[in-house]
Amino acid sequence: MKKLLLATALVALSGGIAAAQTVRLGTEGAYPPFNFIDDAGNVAGFEREVGDELCKRAGLTCEWVTNEWDSIIPNLQSGNYDVIIAGMSITDEREEVIDFSENYFPPAASAYVGTDAAADTKAGVVSAQVGTIQAGYVAESGATLLEFATPDETIGAVRNGEAVAVFADKDFLKPYVDQSNGELMFVGDDVQLGGGVGLGFRDSDDELREKFNTAIKAMKADGTLNAALEKHFGAETPKF
Amino acid sequence: MFSACADPASLEGFSWLMCYLTTGKHIDFYWSFLTVLVLLVITAPTALAFGFGGAMAARSQVAPVRWLGKLYTAMVRGVPDIVFFLFFVIALDQAVEWTKHQIVCPGWTEPIRQGLEFRVCPQAKVPLGTSAQIWHQIYGFALAVFTFAIVFGAFAANVLYGAMNAVPRAQLETAEAYGLTHRQIFRRILVPQMWTYALPGLSNLWMILIKATPLLFLLGVKDIVYWARELGSAKTQAYAFPHPDWRLWYFLFLLVVYLCMTRVSEILLTRLTRRLSHGQATAAGEAMRRAAQ
Repeated sequence: MKKLLLATALVALSGGIAAAQTVRLGTEGAYPPFNFIDDAGNVAGFEREVGDELCKRAGLTCEWVTNEWDSIIPNLQSGNYDVIIAGMSITDEREEVIDFSENYFPPAASAYVGTDAAADTKAGVVSAQVGTIQAGYVAESGATLLEFATPDETIGAVRNGEAVAVFADKDFLKPYVDQSNGELMFVGDDVQLGGGVGLGFRDSDDELREKFNTAIKAMKADGTLNAALEKHFGAETPKF
Repeated sequence: MFSACADPASLEGFSWLMCYLTTGKHIDFYWSFLTVLVLLVITAPTALAFGFGGAMAARSQVAPVRWLGKLYTAMVRGVPDIVFFLFFVIALDQAVEWTKHQIVCPGWTEPIRQGLEFRVCPQAKVPLGTSAQIWHQIYGFALAVFTFAIVFGAFAANVLYGAMNAVPRAQLETAEAYGLTHRQIFRRILVPQMWTYALPGLSNLWMILIKATPLLFLLGVKDIVYWARELGSAKTQAYAFPHPDWRLWYFLFLLVVYLCMTRVSEILLTRLTRRLSHGQATAAGEAMRRAAQ
């Protein structure tokens, strides 16, 4: 009986070797409208749409998994998934540990959001998500950096007065500002950061990266990527 | 879920709430309670078994086995749970994959550690990259159960070790006088009597185990705390059911759930204590004997 169970387990674990290549896409699931868990419990948003389309074009079977933001790079390296698709900006620091695809989201503005238009973003307390380019920027700006594990908490900190402003991607903040009935507002000027958003791969996965690069180029060329950008981020969003 | 919920934007008041509470995400939330209960049901006996083994090893006549038993309890008890959880799960996962790699891919020449990457051959991944998400979840859950069992087993080992030493020496001497072997004394005299001494410590551990289940979230298993945080966070119009930050209410709900769980455990453990004290040469057993007279 034991042997039978063991054999069944082995068969089940090794099942699907012959099937088409399955690629596991790792995302955060807490960064609307880039990626979030919709009310049915599935990954949704701009990256869901783009990711599914890229997999279709590259002829890959893709599976979505969610992972905490602050361990998203280590878990890619230990092989828990094969691609990071989580609104991750392309930066030199990250290039040192992982490889990026071509960007599928153009270099975009980051912005401060506070409850008061006169909020001091240069010397006050500013919240940002841990391990983001925005957190790095705040740390160097002279303001006091208050880091949180999830994007939602960074906005919560502004609402309850812990921070005078939150610093994040403008496209992420915009819906919160629009729907806050005037409670939240953009403060100061926008800041251009990073080289756009790209897919993250292990350094050793060049073949897979090329497949996705080809698919991204094709989506840029025929305008499907622009259509997706407009659908999720509004008509004024920068496009390719 | 219901056809009336197809267009959430048109709903109001009570029907909005009913639809909101029955979304797929909320159903996942309700199922995650089962995840926690399953974890408790599997971990408690496994940890007890680890503890029993540890206590027996610590009492062994053979010195190396005794050292091993003592080392196990000392090491696990001396390291913060959270560090152990973070370290052990990664180490265990890599150990499993490394072992499988040696068996499945003997001809593999590339190094397994390439800088920051841990890279075994694709056939040695556990579970395989091609297997369905459910297997990844089961594997993650199994790692979590094993880690919980190791940690709580060390505490249980110490409790059982103390309980075994608390059984009155006279009981064992009497058994020896009757000519019972060491093994017989252990099985028939020592173990049945030690439970009454072990129970206060073990019930304490059980309570701590219940309260430690949110650590699952740390291990990547979507437990009730994960879902409470995910569901409670403020939702923009990108979601079908936008709402402000409701984490307070979700966590309040969890608070009540955990209190209920510990309260039920307390009631059951009190009953068990009464049963085990019956006929024992302890103060509690003596009090019961007098009350019955």
